[in-house]
Amino acid sequence: MLTVRTLDVAYGAVTVLRGVSLHVKEGEVVAIVGANGAGKTTLLKAITGLVRPRRGDVRLRGESILEVGTARIVARGCSLVPEGRQIFGDLSVRDNLLLGAHVQYRRGKAAEVRADLERILGMFPILGKRSGQLGGTLSGGEQQMLAIGRALMARPTLLMLDEPSMGLAPLVVKEIFNVISTISLAGCTVLLVEQNARGALKIAHRGYVLETGRIVLEGSAEDLLASREMQRAYLGRDVNLETARVTT
Amino acid sequence: MSALFFQYLMAGLTYGMIYAVVGMGFNIIYNATGVINFAQGEFVMLGGMIAVSLVKILPLPLAILLAVLATMVVGALVELVFIRWLSSPSVLRMIIITVGISILIREAALLIWGQNVRALPYFTGSEITSLSIGGARMSPQVLWTLGACSALVALTTAFFRWSSTGKQMRACASNRVAASLCGLPTRNLVTASFILSAGMGALAGCVVSPITYTQYNIGTGLAMKGFTVAILGGLGSSLAAVAAGLVLGVLEAFAVSVMPSAYKDAVSITLLLAILFLRPTGLFAARVAYRP
Ligand SMILES: Nc1ncnc2c1ncn2[C@@H]1O[C@H](COP(=O)(O)OP(=O)(O)OP(=O)(O)O)[C@@H](O)[C@H]1O
Ligand SMILES: [Mg+2]
Repeated sequence: MLTVRTLDVAYGAVTVLRGVSLHVKEGEVVAIVGANGAGKTTLLKAITGLVRPRRGDVRLRGESILEVGTARIVARGCSLVPEGRQIFGDLSVRDNLLLGAHVQYRRGKAAEVRADLERILGMFPILGKRSGQLGGTLSGGEQQMLAIGRALMARPTLLMLDEPSMGLAPLVVKEIFNVISTISLAGCTVLLVEQNARGALKIAHRGYVLETGRIVLEGSAEDLLASREMQRAYLGRDVNLETARVTT
Repeated sequence: MSALFFQYLMAGLTYGMIYAVVGMGFNIIYNATGVINFAQGEFVMLGGMIAVSLVKILPLPLAILLAVLATMVVGALVELVFIRWLSSPSVLRMIIITVGISILIREAALLIWGQNVRALPYFTGSEITSLSIGGARMSPQVLWTLGACSALVALTTAFFRWSSTGKQMRACASNRVAASLCGLPTRNLVTASFILSAGMGALAGCVVSPITYTQYNIGTGLAMKGFTVAILGGLGSSLAAVAAGLVLGVLEAFAVSVMPSAYKDAVSITLLLAILFLRPTGLFAARVAYRP
């Protein structure tokens, strides 16, 4: 489905990604985990054409999408739920979702959009209740659901999510991860970027570990969860963080 | 006395509506790009001047329609040629570029039309026709201007609130990256904002030209007023700009009644400076405009 080959990305003189290669097969859930500043967001931006890589290639279903442009990449079925949700704050929840369906309208599927809207509002009942409210007035968790719903309205075949659990309470995080599993079961391929390594690997088939711009570890989700390096560098710290959060 | 008062008020509202439309044009482009387009006044000038030329060979409504369309084409060209290829320009660079564009258009207009002062014929009646409302006498063109500009403001507001293209433009204005991730053609939406803004300016330029006359260089003064109004209303908020436009127009009209008319423009400049010092977020803004 998606192949990234020896990708280098730099902002000015600062190289942020070095020789990153990875692939996502159809139907898989693949997790990319890594600490702050590892380059996870940059990787997703490079895939969606928001930043131009210095070297390497990104292929979607065998075709290079480096020169395609963000809007067309979305039209080809690859959607991103960006870091920090980025919903349209002064438009209603319903309008946010309908804007997400732009590529579906362009495909001439207005009837399906109506059905999709109902489906998504059913999937996130809270959005149904708030459908007339301005996006900016939603809580963080609701905004995350809206961002996911908006991306799904484009009927993507590959959904990429950038830290969907960021800043959310444990219960909401659990709900979001459940939703991602459901999306995957419905046949959508998922590329999930997370700092919450344990949560992400629990729902993923495979995973990659990104450290200062390089892939340092990859494997099946079970192997990564069991691996000693992971335990020490990410999962251990994760556990500490989680207990810290509970006690404070 | 009250008739005179009414007369000043109507004159003020007429000018105020024009300022409001120019201010709204500023805001549309500002929201879409973060750019203050100092060539906004030139769109008003072009609308009037092109219509004056066309009306010699075409009926008035058709001349106005074509003038508005032609100015929209100019607006599109301005965006396509000068703005589109800039990836993330600094504010200063954008100001220099739009001021440059305004000089370019003005000089071109001077070449084409010369320095003559022109005007469209009155839409109904002539210079000497006057209506009497509440004891005050006024030209029917005042009502045309007020009506056309109010309709323009209402239509534009409805466009942004309810039409799907309008919502796309708002999405693009509020978060361009997120808009492109929805698959929206963000660059074309920015072009659309220039087209819309140019069309609004041009139509205002047509309806007001029988009263105020038009000349190759009227754009500068109008841009100044429109900018004052946009700032006064709080940059980016269109209906506040309309209110601010009416306030400025009326203030100017009454200022003329107590001081020499040469000082008329001083009103807006004083107001602009006062606002920039005292309340840079605008008169009506309850909070600082938020732009991600
Ligand atoms: N627009 C930019 N210009 C310059 N440097 C940038 C830019 N965006 C990101 N960087 C740098 O690139 C590096 C990787 O950033 P990136 O946002 O990809 O990390 P991340 O893995 O997503 O981190 P986080 O988990 O905090 O979101 C960081 O050191 C950051 O400072
Ligand atoms: Mg990030």
